Amino acid sequence: MPLVASGSFDRGSFDRDSFDRDSFDRGSFDRGSFDRGSFDRGSFDRGSFVRGLAEVGVADVARVGGKAAGLGDLIRAGIPVPAGFVVVADALSLDPSVLRSVGEVAADDVAAITRVAAQVRAQITALPVPADVAGQITEAYQKLDSGSVAVRSSATMEDSAVASFAGLQDTYLAVRGATAVLDALRRCWASLYNDQSVAYRRRLGLPEDGLGMGVLIQRMVRPRAAGVMFTRSPVTGDRSVVTIEGTWGLGSALVAGEVTPDGFTVSKVTGEITARRTGAKVRLHSFRPNEPGISTSATPDALRGRPCLTDDEVRALASVGRRVEEHCGVPQDIEWALLGEDPLLGEDPLLPVAGSAVLADDPVDRIRLLQSRPETVWAARERAPVATPKPRASDHVLAWLEKPL
Amino acid sequence: MEDKPAFPLPSEIADVPGAEDWASMYPYFTRFQPEDDQRFWFYNSMHFPEPMPAFDTITAEVPYSAIGANTARVFVFPTTLGIEHRIVNGRVYITAIPVLDEAEIGRRAAIFGERASYYYENWDALYEGWKDRMRGLIAEIESVSVPSLPEFEDASVVFESIGVAQNHYLRENFHRCIDLFSKMWHHHTEMLMLGYGAYVVFFQFCKQAFPEISDQTAARMVAGIDVIMYRPDDELRGLAHLAVEAGVDDLFTEGCSPADVLAALASRGEGGKRWLAAFEQARDPWFNVSTGDGFYHHHRSWADDLTVPFTALPRYVDQVRSGTLAARPTEELRAERQRIASEYRSLLASDEEKAAFDQMLGLCRRVFPFVEDHKFYCEHWFTSQFFAKIREFGALLARFGVLAEAEDVFQLHHTEVDQALSDVMLAWAAGGPPLGGRYWQPIVSARKRMLAVLRDWSPPPALGPVPEALNDPAVRMLWGVTQERIEAWLSPASDEVRGFGASSGIVEGPARVLTDVNQIGELRDGEILVCPVTAPSWAPVFGKIKAAVSDIGGSMSHAAIVAREYGMPAVVGTGDATKRIRTGQLIRVDGDRGVVQVIG
Repeated sequence: MPLVASGSFDRGSFDRDSFDRDSFDRGSFDRGSFDRGSFDRGSFDRGSFVRGLAEVGVADVARVGGKAAGLGDLIRAGIPVPAGFVVVADALSLDPSVLRSVGEVAADDVAAITRVAAQVRAQITALPVPADVAGQITEAYQKLDSGSVAVRSSATMEDSAVASFAGLQDTYLAVRGATAVLDALRRCWASLYNDQSVAYRRRLGLPEDGLGMGVLIQRMVRPRAAGVMFTRSPVTGDRSVVTIEGTWGLGSALVAGEVTPDGFTVSKVTGEITARRTGAKVRLHSFRPNEPGISTSATPDALRGRPCLTDDEVRALASVGRRVEEHCGVPQDIEWALLGEDPLLGEDPLLPVAGSAVLADDPVDRIRLLQSRPETVWAARERAPVATPKPRASDHVLAWLEKPL
Repeated sequence: MEDKPAFPLPSEIADVPGAEDWASMYPYFTRFQPEDDQRFWFYNSMHFPEPMPAFDTITAEVPYSAIGANTARVFVFPTTLGIEHRIVNGRVYITAIPVLDEAEIGRRAAIFGERASYYYENWDALYEGWKDRMRGLIAEIESVSVPSLPEFEDASVVFESIGVAQNHYLRENFHRCIDLFSKMWHHHTEMLMLGYGAYVVFFQFCKQAFPEISDQTAARMVAGIDVIMYRPDDELRGLAHLAVEAGVDDLFTEGCSPADVLAALASRGEGGKRWLAAFEQARDPWFNVSTGDGFYHHHRSWADDLTVPFTALPRYVDQVRSGTLAARPTEELRAERQRIASEYRSLLASDEEKAAFDQMLGLCRRVFPFVEDHKFYCEHWFTSQFFAKIREFGALLARFGVLAEAEDVFQLHHTEVDQALSDVMLAWAAGGPPLGGRYWQPIVSARKRMLAVLRDWSPPPALGPVPEALNDPAVRMLWGVTQERIEAWLSPASDEVRGFGASSGIVEGPARVLTDVNQIGELRDGEILVCPVTAPSWAPVFGKIKAAVSDIGGSMSHAAIVAREYGMPAVVGTGDATKRIRTGQLIRVDGDRGVVQVIG
């Protein structure tokens, strides 16, 4: 099996050289490992379908999709993100009549959605990737020099304020070889037309023309632990805490709901860890650098009851989360990975020499962000102010003491 | 009958075998009545974690008389009257009388609004006046004399035609002590409820705006920096510096006896003299700090018993020598308090909320110096003097053979002390012996035996039917009794000890159970102190331990304030941690949730 489809999650990547501290120079991180000239910054000439991740930003959402634009933006803000490139949305062009037929399907007509969506997917997967596009991708993949990569959908409407599209389009982890990458690319494109994506768009009444799909190809990172982080409490909406969930190995086990993760709550203001819960973490996702695909195994008993993060690591994650929130201006939902020894194997004998280099001591330097999107649930909620000013300060107390509790 | 867990009814509490006569120690108005079975009562373990010696019931009777007067009659709080208390098997149970009728609440609110806002709006000036009055009361209690009852009266009684003999003043001066104690408590509760009210409102705002904020973090935004309770410890640090500077530091060794050191200093020339002078200055008033919370006569003050300061001094002297005795970084603490407040403020959703936050925080900081400092004046300084004075009356009773020893006076209710003094007054006048020796001494012995037996009784945390809703602000503010807490009482986890989270953080370590402050020498680095009370007088050992757990105390108690400053997790008011935890057990202290777990 060269590919592991994981439409319901898109986490976890392995960055082969992420063990090599030197190549991870914050801020210029991506540029060091890319030939910058090959990605013509700022000008999208018609013939170029590939752009370096560090070269894109929020202004490019329409061509590279929300996920890629957001990550590119983070790289430029000095936030560690695995190196990669984006296949821009116009690399895929579909017959306008096809798009029309999708746009005309009624939101509640499940049978029609299933039929039309299948037709579009068949069309995409039947066609070979155009030679010029394929050539550029192959070249960029080889330049990435990663072996295993993550191929991830980055729809242009994804992560917008109106809709998250979370988990609707596919991601393929630990993809190896140019042929497999191109195959994964077409599947990502096709996933724009999987049944639930089409149904979701129809339900929201979103237009089909102008819809695009960038595809992100990044080095895989192989983390010791990975998970999600919310810079606003998903449970209470509290903006003063960062909530972190994590599990051993790839975060895909967590996002797929296969494990009860560890949970931590960190005060943004005092840095104190104010709540913690150790989850059972019964399953563990991992991959081998020289083998395609990810494997799932039972988590060794000794690891289940042990938190996957130390307190220092929890605080380091929270501080990175705060930086991202500050940079983006609004609370963020983040996917993260923490580099370290493979939880199953310890130091990996198969890693290249550079990979066995000493890991950074500072946990901040071992963090990689795989995704960050604006928090939408609490942002959309109207909330009456907790209190409004009164003529005198003491009126607040009087008002409280004058009403029955 | 339902199977729902419930608390026993007051009438169902059996007398503790061996102490069946406990009720004879306490006045009739502290006994449970049949109709009390209809009401919800909770054990006030925060203030009264031990069985009450008869005299010490005055620390319940007088405060409840004062607090209710202030809430129900003086300020006319709209939703609460006062607090009733009962004693069973030596333990104090309390309940509040809420006002539930809407019309009545409205009628009271109209009066309350005017009166309370007068205090809030003039708080600083009123607090200055309060301190003056409190210093006045302290000076008065200190000046009360216990008549010596000599064989012949002083000649002045004749030549100045005073006309009143000393035995009269025995009763008058004893009553003065009781009356001053009562006045002190009236002043104590005069501003307290309003002070806590401002804090609770700010706290509730924080909890609503930031549902996951810890209690301690909210408290840190208002906590004072120049809190008077740090002074005793600061004075000790100063004395340690002076000992080194004056070249007398060699006298301060671990286990040294205060009397020996003081005697030796007198013969150490200029340096010794300087140190003794500084010591005398620090002692009054700063050693008037109780090793408890001011509710039991046997929680002696540093001034009464120099063991605590002289246990801390050798450690401080060592630290001065090695240059590691740091002063409190007050400027940094101030800056940190400001940073925390302004960061929370910046996270608020709107300018309106920010303006309301500013008002509430401002009011809180206005009232907080009182909230933090009143205890030094009341429970420590005044109360130390009060108990010392009662002890002097006890010495007189012992001198006349009514009691075997001075300390036995605390086995008598204050109305009984009154009787015993009458006995002495009569005997001195008549020239015969007082009759009390035969009468009181067996009673005192029996009471001491009963108290020892009652000490081992585990009082239920509450009695009576669980209320539908807890609607008394005083009970919530002062005791932290909430619906959640009642539920925890009903289904206690066997390996958990619950109290109030007083200082945040979670640590694990070996327990060291100390029942007496004089044992602090046994503490080892990295241990978790488990003790009856973490009064501020324990502060000198806070640098050595990982966490503190106590039977007594609230989250606004001074121990809590000091623990927060040391950044050390603390759980206070557990009721029985010293009984349930043993020295050497591995325990986990969760200062956020107020839970202590025995883990090994």
